[in-house]
Amino acid sequence: MDLHNSPAFTRRKFLYGGLTLASTAWTIPAFLGSSADVMAGMLGQGLSSTPGVDDNRILVVVQLGGGNDGLNTVIPYGMDAYYKARSGIGIKQTEVLKLTEADGIGLHTRMTALKELYDNGLVSIVQGVGYPNPDRSHFKSMDIWQTAERDATGDGWLGRYVDSECCGYGKGESGKPEPAKAVEPPIAIGRTAPLALQGRSSKPVSFESAELFRWSGEDIHEALREPYHALNRRGQDGSAGSDTNADFLMRTALDAQISSDKIRKAVAQKSLVPYPGNELGRQLQMVGAMIRADLKTRVYYVTLGGFDTHAGQGGAQGRHGNLLANFADSIKAFYADLKAQGNDQRVLTMSFSEFGRRVAQNASGGTDHGTAAPMFLFGPMVRRGVIGSHPSLTDLDQGDLKYLIDFRSVYAGILEQWLQADSKKVLGATYKPVVAIRNG
Amino acid sequence: MAEPTVAKTTPDSPAPIPSAPAAPAKRTPERSSSMSPIAPKDFGYEQARHLLWRAGFGGTPAQIQTLASWGPQKAVDYVLDPGNAPEDKPRSDLFDKNIMREPTAEERKAQLAARQRQDEDALAKFRIDQQRRQGQDRQQIGEVQRWWLKRMIETPRPLDEKMVLFWHGHFATSYRTIENSYHMFMQNELFRRHALGNFGDLLYGIIRDPAMLKYLNNDTSRKGHANENLAREIMELFSLGIGGYSENDIKEGARALTGYTFKDDDFVFDKNNHDAGSKTILGKTGTFDGEAFVKIILEQPGVSRLITRKLYHFFCAELPPLERAGYDQLPAPQQSALRDLASTFSGSRYAIKPVLRRLFLSQHFYDPRNMNEQIKCPVELVVGAVRSLDTPVRDLSILNDALDLMGQNLLFPPSVKGWDGGRSWINTSTMFVRQNILAFLLTGKKPRGYDANASDMNYDPLPLLDELAKASPGSEKDPGAVAEYMLRLTIGDAPSAATKQLTSLADTTGGSVTKELVIGYLLLITAMPEYQLC
Repeated sequence: MDLHNSPAFTRRKFLYGGLTLASTAWTIPAFLGSSADVMAGMLGQGLSSTPGVDDNRILVVVQLGGGNDGLNTVIPYGMDAYYKARSGIGIKQTEVLKLTEADGIGLHTRMTALKELYDNGLVSIVQGVGYPNPDRSHFKSMDIWQTAERDATGDGWLGRYVDSECCGYGKGESGKPEPAKAVEPPIAIGRTAPLALQGRSSKPVSFESAELFRWSGEDIHEALREPYHALNRRGQDGSAGSDTNADFLMRTALDAQISSDKIRKAVAQKSLVPYPGNELGRQLQMVGAMIRADLKTRVYYVTLGGFDTHAGQGGAQGRHGNLLANFADSIKAFYADLKAQGNDQRVLTMSFSEFGRRVAQNASGGTDHGTAAPMFLFGPMVRRGVIGSHPSLTDLDQGDLKYLIDFRSVYAGILEQWLQADSKKVLGATYKPVVAIRNG
Repeated sequence: MAEPTVAKTTPDSPAPIPSAPAAPAKRTPERSSSMSPIAPKDFGYEQARHLLWRAGFGGTPAQIQTLASWGPQKAVDYVLDPGNAPEDKPRSDLFDKNIMREPTAEERKAQLAARQRQDEDALAKFRIDQQRRQGQDRQQIGEVQRWWLKRMIETPRPLDEKMVLFWHGHFATSYRTIENSYHMFMQNELFRRHALGNFGDLLYGIIRDPAMLKYLNNDTSRKGHANENLAREIMELFSLGIGGYSENDIKEGARALTGYTFKDDDFVFDKNNHDAGSKTILGKTGTFDGEAFVKIILEQPGVSRLITRKLYHFFCAELPPLERAGYDQLPAPQQSALRDLASTFSGSRYAIKPVLRRLFLSQHFYDPRNMNEQIKCPVELVVGAVRSLDTPVRDLSILNDALDLMGQNLLFPPSVKGWDGGRSWINTSTMFVRQNILAFLLTGKKPRGYDANASDMNYDPLPLLDELAKASPGSEKDPGAVAEYMLRLTIGDAPSAATKQLTSLADTTGGSVTKELVIGYLLLITAMPEYQLC
């Protein structure tokens, strides 16, 4: 046995006995329950999309990490107070991309791509979104947004959504899973899986790049293959009720095996349109490829960081503008791709950040942690335009905007009108849905 | 890259290897939550192995046996202070401190003049020079990362480096924001100077640390325009924890810190920008400066509680973050352990060593529920594999890149909160990176994306079997005995499913214990979910 110079051998056949698992215990990832048919289809017939299918709706979440400066993103250029508070970093009226049907409101200079999408009816902006008694800690506020709870102690809101779909329970209830109804776990592109996607039984899949998604030891010696798979599939034996780190690792190891071939195959496809080379563009390109490959995943999560602009954030040009350009260009490419695939009608995209920033700029040419900010919704199904009014820049709470719309109302609208789920069950309370979807 | 030599220190003058079998006795059945010292009779192979992993980066079979033979007192004394093992002080000229230096007065003048006469050529030169220096500095931060990684692999004082890692996660500062590799190196040195020293000294040090001042924007905070970032994080994350202060304490603390900035590599107290007015912080009123602000904080009982909670979380057992579970929401044995450690910490006026000694000697630390139940952070995984299995280092750049892919890019923590740790390290994709970087260490099989040529550095794992041969001559030739021995070394246990799979590998490859078979064992073991635990 020579472990150094063995020729690679052909990869194992996909699933390797996994098809028989659908009826076993609940510790099996939801992935297994419903995906056998999909995978069989992918392997048998190659990748195909199903254009025009709208009963299989998808939500893509774009997290703008660090606290995006909402006031320099969706700009109230009609308000003098804006220019008074931001003598250095304010965007001049002449440089604002003014929005039709939105008096005195426009987009940052660098967001021409989003302006174009807006003009084509693909953008809905919800203004002044926040929550009561805002927390200005990145971590706490991010957890609040991701759990949809003010005390931020529970599971993620999208994890609860998947739980409620697959397993018949939502917040605070326990219920039995019904494998027949199992839905795919959400997919996050990134190193860590965001709290928003962590449910009680549903756990997200996450990865940074699809090529790193298999064991290289398989290529070292053929005799290692069978023992490796036996050892990494022990999670299927189940360990109901027990949740030690060892159990968790066992389940994750099994998950990894199942997801590996499926996702690598999808992402290997060349996309139909070019994407910008930035971090968000790369992530959305992968999401586009997975949607095109007809994965049954209904929730995807991508992240763009760097919005914590305490110093030197710039105005029409500069650091914040670069981030906004990356954001806008990537979203535009994503919808061009989806349209070319015939999938654009199926995909709603939502962006959020943990908070906006103070109204007044600070001494370092930046802005400190603030409160309310706008949220974007993208897709051909949205109500084009600006929802809600812009928060006052003079009636402030200790220098911060007063929110007008609770973010959970936006979530409720997405859950009810797009994902057709019971928002009360998922959010644990009744929030008046923000109607951002046409014919919702 | 040249192969760095791995000079690991075994405890000096090792005691005679005990005649006890290499495969350790079963765990003690009783589960203690007591902070009283563990009895020598309860301290064996498993306990010594646990201590070496948690207070360092794992041990070789010989190191484990030696510590086991010493008993708990001597073993813990040794990990806290490895006697004559040299205390290595990094040289300050290791890295170029001038790459990102501020322009001199003359340079600034020249640049201004060029701007005034609209000399585009001259201005372009300045821009290009700036870009060149930024590129150089990006390279240098990579060198600093690899230098630190190499230290962790080679140090004879692993606990010191592990504490540097702890402080880096606690006072998390990222190069991405500060863009000055030399300041990151200086901060790393600050952590090393106080690694096992006094927390108070370190907190005073951090408000004068250029990297931190820059990272949390205190360098531009001035009277009338105080930037609250540093004051907030000092209280929320570094010392008191959420709930231990008010928003007003933050505002007032930020005023106390105005004018705390730096020039080049030195702290500067800028008196003109300092707000010398009266402040009220945590109930005290006075014309406080930054040092007074820290002093007031250090008088709060919350400091001992938060820091020992984090030490416990890092060394002993995972705890939910404070904002998710207050002290009284933890299980009773952990509450009493934390109370004990907090009182030791305040009793020692924030000296770190007495707290760690107390913890590492306690029965609680060796409670079976606290053993093999911590998910290795990527650094522990990689450094621990090299140190405990004695593999070649092969290529520090590849190891460093793998740390990044596993979510722990050293000197680039994701936020001021550091790394979340625990289960957040593990998802379906980091699982593969973890398995693959181990395959690389063991065989030279490079992860995808790199030149596919296998490294020709051969790894010889057979010396790992020496202890087995000593304890039970002949066993080192028995594939079954070797499988069990390797499993106990690597995962602390030999589950029957794993023993069965390993011996099946031996059966299909000829049945004799060769270098290749042991590497095969290790490939399979290190790809097991259990290998992620320590």
